[in-house]
Amino acid sequence: MVEGSQKKNLINKKGLRVDGRKPDELRSTKFEIGLLEKAMGSAYVEQGKNKIIAAVYGPRETHPRHLALQDRALLRCRYHMAPFSVEERKRPAPSRREIELSKVIGEALEPAVFVDLYPRASIDVFIEVLQSDGGSRCASISVASLALADAGIPLRDLVASCAAGKVDGEIVLDLNDDEDKLGEADLPVALMPQSESITLLQMDGNFSQKEFESAFNLALKGCGQIYDLQKQALKEKYSIKKEVLEDLEGEKEE
Amino acid sequence: MPLTVEDRQLVTPGDLLAEVDYKAGENTYSENDKIYASKIGIVGSRRNIVHVIALRGFYTPQVGDIVIGKVVDINLGGWVLDINSPYQAILFVSEVFERSFNPRKDELSEVFNIGDMILAKVSGFDRTRDPALTLRGRGLGKITHGRIIEMTSAKIPRLIGKKGSMIDMVKKGTGCQIAVGQNGRVLVRGKREEDVAFTIKIIRKVEEEAHTSGLTNRISELIKKEKM
Repeated sequence: MVEGSQKKNLINKKGLRVDGRKPDELRSTKFEIGLLEKAMGSAYVEQGKNKIIAAVYGPRETHPRHLALQDRALLRCRYHMAPFSVEERKRPAPSRREIELSKVIGEALEPAVFVDLYPRASIDVFIEVLQSDGGSRCASISVASLALADAGIPLRDLVASCAAGKVDGEIVLDLNDDEDKLGEADLPVALMPQSESITLLQMDGNFSQKEFESAFNLALKGCGQIYDLQKQALKEKYSIKKEVLEDLEGEKEE
Repeated sequence: MPLTVEDRQLVTPGDLLAEVDYKAGENTYSENDKIYASKIGIVGSRRNIVHVIALRGFYTPQVGDIVIGKVVDINLGGWVLDINSPYQAILFVSEVFERSFNPRKDELSEVFNIGDMILAKVSGFDRTRDPALTLRGRGLGKITHGRIIEMTSAKIPRLIGKKGSMIDMVKKGTGCQIAVGQNGRVLVRGKREEDVAFTIKIIRKVEEEAHTSGLTNRISELIKKEKM
């Protein structure tokens, strides 16, 4: 974002970006469900070079007790970056940025959770960034919502999240680390696609009104693609082969 | 209007299931006259109610459920039990002492101590209070012997079977007594240790293959083979 720091071109003559993507192309993204035995729900994502794992515990008794809410569950979220997730060792204590992201991610997830079904309980979401490559807040929201679904916590919808931004004056989808640092602007969006509700919208840098609109629409398109990948991952994990798909309900049995 | 998904289709949270004519059943919710899934599961419908049979979930107490709890705390009015659910359960002293209770004479930990396992029934639960338990009922009380295994509560209905068909078959076939807690804990008691081990093996098989067809037949064959 600092002017003059832009030494290398982020978009080449062919219109391709530093990692060879087209402006409206998502990084290759892969979700995996349920890899932690002890957590009630868990999920993992690789989005470009991002590697993020999420675990969900709860609903369970709230500790410390005084934090419990009388009319709904408390959704707590911890976003943390591993010391080895970035090039220069990151000190393991939660930084200002991590505390802020924890809050923001929790608030992006909460509208999707039926918190009012579990008064006084707490739902704890842990997000661990193993390798960081820009856009990790969006990837974290997407992966955490899968972990919530895997825990069997009732949800209105999955939350899909993706950023758009401005790089070399052009609007592009899903910024990577270089583009995030050297580009002009960044616009993370989280969406519940079924009801078209936005649960997170942030902006870093400057857009003109026109640019904002096209970046926003591009980010929504990205969320749609993420949403499809999320569903696909869940279906892969839980699909039961047709020929054996039979009586699930005990009462109906033979 | 028909369902927007096929019967027995796998759905994920947020999937549209039906419009207008239907009512929202288990694990679904309605918004603007449309019904959506709220959990990962398989769609089913009965008359005009759509429901989702959850594939993942945790135990939520319901009045009348038999549960197996573990004493985790003792306070003035009774015992606090972990019942494998979002809420800890309370067993009041009045459920145990027939006469009036005198805190100076009666020591609660002599009746049930921390770590004791108790078979109990949920007698009351609403969103303002933690679930309350009762011991009034046949076979309820402290568990003194046997083995307890844990499984996901979502698969308990499958272990019980239609009107108890599955569990009755296993009981008869193995000669073991089995107490199924709706909270995903199962107590197995038998005269011989081998019988108990075999029963647990069968229960694990039911758990693993809960969603496959012809399970009852396979289990009955397994029991027959063991008997020979």
